[in-house]
Amino acid sequence: MQQEPIAVPAIRLTGLTKSFGSVNAVDGVDLDIAEGEFFSMLGPSGSGKTTVLRLIAGFEQPTAGTVQLRGRDVTGTAPFDRDVNTVFQDYALFPHMTVLENVAYGLRVRGVKKAERIARAQESLDAVRLSSYGARKPSELSGGQRQRVALARATVVKPKVLLLDEPLGALDLKLREQMQVELKELQRSLGITFIFVTHDQEEALTLSDRIAVFNNGKVVQLGTPTEIYERPTTSFVASFVGTSNIFDETLSKSLLGRGGTNSVRPERIALRGTPTAATSSAPGTIAELIYVGTSTRIVVDLDAGKRIIVLEQNSASDDATAPSDRRGERVHAEWASAAITPLDLP
Amino acid sequence: MTTQSETRVRDGAGHRASVFLYSHVRVRLALLISAPLFWLGLVYIAALVALLVTAFWTVDSFTGEVRTDWTFDNIITVLTGSLYQSVTLRTLGMAVLVTIADIVIALPIAFFMAKVASAKWQRILVIAILMPLWASYLVKAYAWRSVLSNDGIFQWIVQPFGGTTPGYGIPGAVITLAYLWLPYVILPIYAGLERVPDSLLEASSDLGAGTWRTLRSIVLPLLWPAIVAGSIFSFSLTLGDYITINIVGGANQMLGNLVYTNVGAANNLPLASAIALIPIAIIFVYLAAVRRTGALNSL
Repeated sequence: MQQEPIAVPAIRLTGLTKSFGSVNAVDGVDLDIAEGEFFSMLGPSGSGKTTVLRLIAGFEQPTAGTVQLRGRDVTGTAPFDRDVNTVFQDYALFPHMTVLENVAYGLRVRGVKKAERIARAQESLDAVRLSSYGARKPSELSGGQRQRVALARATVVKPKVLLLDEPLGALDLKLREQMQVELKELQRSLGITFIFVTHDQEEALTLSDRIAVFNNGKVVQLGTPTEIYERPTTSFVASFVGTSNIFDETLSKSLLGRGGTNSVRPERIALRGTPTAATSSAPGTIAELIYVGTSTRIVVDLDAGKRIIVLEQNSASDDATAPSDRRGERVHAEWASAAITPLDLP
Repeated sequence: MTTQSETRVRDGAGHRASVFLYSHVRVRLALLISAPLFWLGLVYIAALVALLVTAFWTVDSFTGEVRTDWTFDNIITVLTGSLYQSVTLRTLGMAVLVTIADIVIALPIAFFMAKVASAKWQRILVIAILMPLWASYLVKAYAWRSVLSNDGIFQWIVQPFGGTTPGYGIPGAVITLAYLWLPYVILPIYAGLERVPDSLLEASSDLGAGTWRTLRSIVLPLLWPAIVAGSIFSFSLTLGDYITINIVGGANQMLGNLVYTNVGAANNLPLASAIALIPIAIIFVYLAAVRRTGALNSL
């Protein structure tokens, strides 16, 4: 992937490769991550995103390539000599220390005087709204609270870059949404670079300034959330980030009137009883309806031999008709030409 | 759904017994624990009580028969006799030395096994550590007798550096005992290290701690209960040993030897019982001290 070079990036990865045996977990990754950016690495498990994070932190040594931190090559440097801190997936709180001792650990190691380190650790706990929890043990906290202690512990030492390894993965949905807001606020108030690893495309879209989509150890697309969602360049990105109806060459030609492989998002397709002249459309039959609260996912079998998914917003007037009543209904699937995204690779 | 569920045979004694046990929780429990309880009660507790009681009896000096006359004489002899005092101190000192030596040797080995070695090497090392336990105790003790002898391997290795073999005596016995109990110390420490997630070590390093700092502030505190658990084995096994000292200890005696001679040659079972109470008392004090570390939870 090509990108504009950033003058002095917070992190610059050059040809970064990590092999485990014969497998390239990370395969020639080049990335520039700007100062103060909320940068997400998104991909399925085993796509190499966590390994890239561990290479930046220094827990692994690359097979080839370099890691630069603010213009300084830190490739051979130990984790304790790098100005980055990590929030671990399992939080990795020290079970034999209190919450305050956990947060103060980084300061203690740096030889900060006791009075100062307690004050700073307390400040850091205040920032994550855990002011009164300092004397507790990590085992006495809930998952969300542990998460915040891990954040406080990693940020108290004022790193240039904060690495977050699927930090919200273990939390339930409601808490996850709340923590997303808090993370974003924390990043803004600290003004430091966040590198966020996730397999949750929605989380990446919500939080990030930019996203790198990983697959098989490579960055397959790099861009803002809007770019990644609206203009996926490959069928992998189109189907991994959100849902996509992907039309291969033959179908593209017959249904969309275009060459190459193309994709259309489910919410950009409308179903009508009779076709309207302004847009292109294809006739089909409703095969299945899945009610998902705010919307309904409708599976339509097009007469051309393609099964597509359409997302329809639910409105109050709909509740008179039970969704299942529409099964077998004849419809016309319509899309505007702007909704069609050409994909580079099949 | 109209599919018929499979019908099973619901009569017969086995089924009726199962139903009975299912609905009578207490009967089920009683059947489960009666065997282990019998073993513990009769074989273990009763033997200990018998020992305790015998220590307060006497031996008829004419017939050599144990007489059930109650007396504190044996206890007083054991507590005040200089022989018993010095042997107790020697045994205790050896137990402490063996334990320290075992912990010092076990820590790096266990750390390598748990945190460094690949899964394959981990298995090989566990087997390598367990293997000596499959060999006879006597064989191993006699092997060390040969190693420590004046023309043994020990001498051969240290001679170029100007050393000599410790020969047969307390140092030799400490070395041999440390070797014998090493697996019992490595295994709990290894298991304890396995329970320390790698991410804790990474987190410590990530927060700026060097290797030594991480060992001191994270690994050792978390491992302490496991170390104590391992030490209970080497400590108590050394306190009770009397064969190794005979084979490689020269003329030195441990508490076990005093018990042995009083049971055998001296035919004074009550005095032997009184001596046997010493290591039991020491172990109780030791266990009470380590209980607070939580070590007993990791046995």
